[in-house]
Amino acid sequence: MNTAVNICGLIMKNPVIAASGTFGFGREYGKYIDLNKLGGISVKGLTLKPRQGNAAPRIAETAGGILNSVGLQNPGVYAFIKEELPYLRKYNLAIIANVAANTVEEYAEMAEILNDADIDAIELNVSCPNVKSGCVTFGVSAHGIAEVTRAVKNKFKKPLFVKLTPNVTSIGDMARAAEAGGADGISLINTILGMAIDIYKKRPILANNTGGLSGPAIKPVAVRMVYEVSKSVKIPIIGMGGITTGEDAVEFLLAGASAVMVGTANFIDPAACVKVAQGIETYMSRMSYNDISDIVGGLTLNY
Amino acid sequence: MSFDKLHDCKVIDVIKLSEDVFSIKIDISDFDVPVRPGQFVNVKCGRGLETLLRRPISICDADNEQKTMTLAFQIRGKGTEILALTKIGDILDIIGPLGTEFYQPDSGNIAVVGGGIGIFPLYYLLKELPSCTRKTYLGFRNKDSVFMEEDFTNVSEKINIATDDGSYGYDGFVTAMLKADLEAGNIPDVIYTCGPVQMMSIVVKLANEYGVKCQVSMEERMGCGIGACLVCSCKLKSDNESGWYNGHVCKDGPVIWSDRVFEG
Repeated sequence: MNTAVNICGLIMKNPVIAASGTFGFGREYGKYIDLNKLGGISVKGLTLKPRQGNAAPRIAETAGGILNSVGLQNPGVYAFIKEELPYLRKYNLAIIANVAANTVEEYAEMAEILNDADIDAIELNVSCPNVKSGCVTFGVSAHGIAEVTRAVKNKFKKPLFVKLTPNVTSIGDMARAAEAGGADGISLINTILGMAIDIYKKRPILANNTGGLSGPAIKPVAVRMVYEVSKSVKIPIIGMGGITTGEDAVEFLLAGASAVMVGTANFIDPAACVKVAQGIETYMSRMSYNDISDIVGGLTLNY
Repeated sequence: MSFDKLHDCKVIDVIKLSEDVFSIKIDISDFDVPVRPGQFVNVKCGRGLETLLRRPISICDADNEQKTMTLAFQIRGKGTEILALTKIGDILDIIGPLGTEFYQPDSGNIAVVGGGIGIFPLYYLLKELPSCTRKTYLGFRNKDSVFMEEDFTNVSEKINIATDDGSYGYDGFVTAMLKADLEAGNIPDVIYTCGPVQMMSIVVKLANEYGVKCQVSMEERMGCGIGACLVCSCKLKSDNESGWYNGHVCKDGPVIWSDRVFEG
């Protein structure tokens, strides 16, 4: 059985990647699971300079999901390369740098820095809903996405994925903009902007008022958007949003994703990524698939 | 390679401590590291998607030889509501022990100041320090919400209880009792505190005033509990420009020396 994938040059032994922001730089989960069993990791969103993130509370549980508003707390791209990358490189998994910035120039500068670093791909973060400037302000317009993608592609020679926000009117338009800007692939969806209210205090639970919704609650939205994007562009897709089992992952593959990311599920079960990979294999043997690529896009609509 | 385990722990006993406060004793036979005072565990409450996140729960007591541990909590929402339905013989899905432990001196005078459900981790601390002279200050809302008085009496040389409405023990805040003792010249070597933020903040101020080392046990809404998701942030002092950075309660805490906490 072949579970290995090659997505525009990003080669992984299986299609399961730990999603950015849920897995740190791998260290914490490395205590609980063998990171060699992951296809890859998209590291905590990086910025040029260190960021302290938003005030607490940064999390609120909702029905079947969680709202978070971390606000891109991270040690900065240089500290990542120096302190975190050597640890991750000891493992056999694809390392994807998730990159966020305030301006097009800053995105390009980070791309240049990371082009010389020992990483396998960039996931361009134009979709974090929890910071005030940059980032998602590019991701909600086709023009913004194309501009940032082009600037980064100019400076970065390895595979470039653009991570899309679902908080737009036409996800297909955004995907086409990324493709036009030179993206090698697209990852989606980032979190859905939401709010939860403490009815006794009559205030939002999150200190930042709003946050990004993730977890099983958003999976149907994510599957639909992956399908829509797969019909809009020719470049490969990494699908995510509420995946907790192998069966969930297969839905994304059938909808047109070549690989998947697992996020919120890691909080509940540190072995979630490993179990999702195993669950995909179980599906493959049950359905007599020999190669995982045969599942991709295998959906037939009812009419 | 060896990995930290996720634990399936059998429930040995469940005790209702007050109207909405419970303790659950579990078998920790498969723990390969000792449980230390101040640490916590991250517990799955309910099945499947009923409640998504694990809940961080205080460790109230542990016996590393007999391999048992007692968790204690108040019903605060859906997760703890489900946890309160736990029966003897049930299996709890647990990650832990997690976080930092209290400083445990070999001898000397110590004082613990706990408020409400903040008293739990202090019990195991007191029990682990039999060669210290232990003074305990516990604050509760009213007489009906007083719990574990006998347990704390057994592990303290002196115990003081206060209620906000004066219906039991001292009439007023527990911090007033600590203040009176400090003013009278009874100065401990270390003060430990856990409970409402306002209470802990007064305890820390008093400790600073009298030059006493102080540890606080912090609380914040958590996600993963193991330091990866970064949601349980807390401001800690730093020598950078702003004077602080965002640490995380699950990893830098929950127990932390009070002089590391950035106020403001």
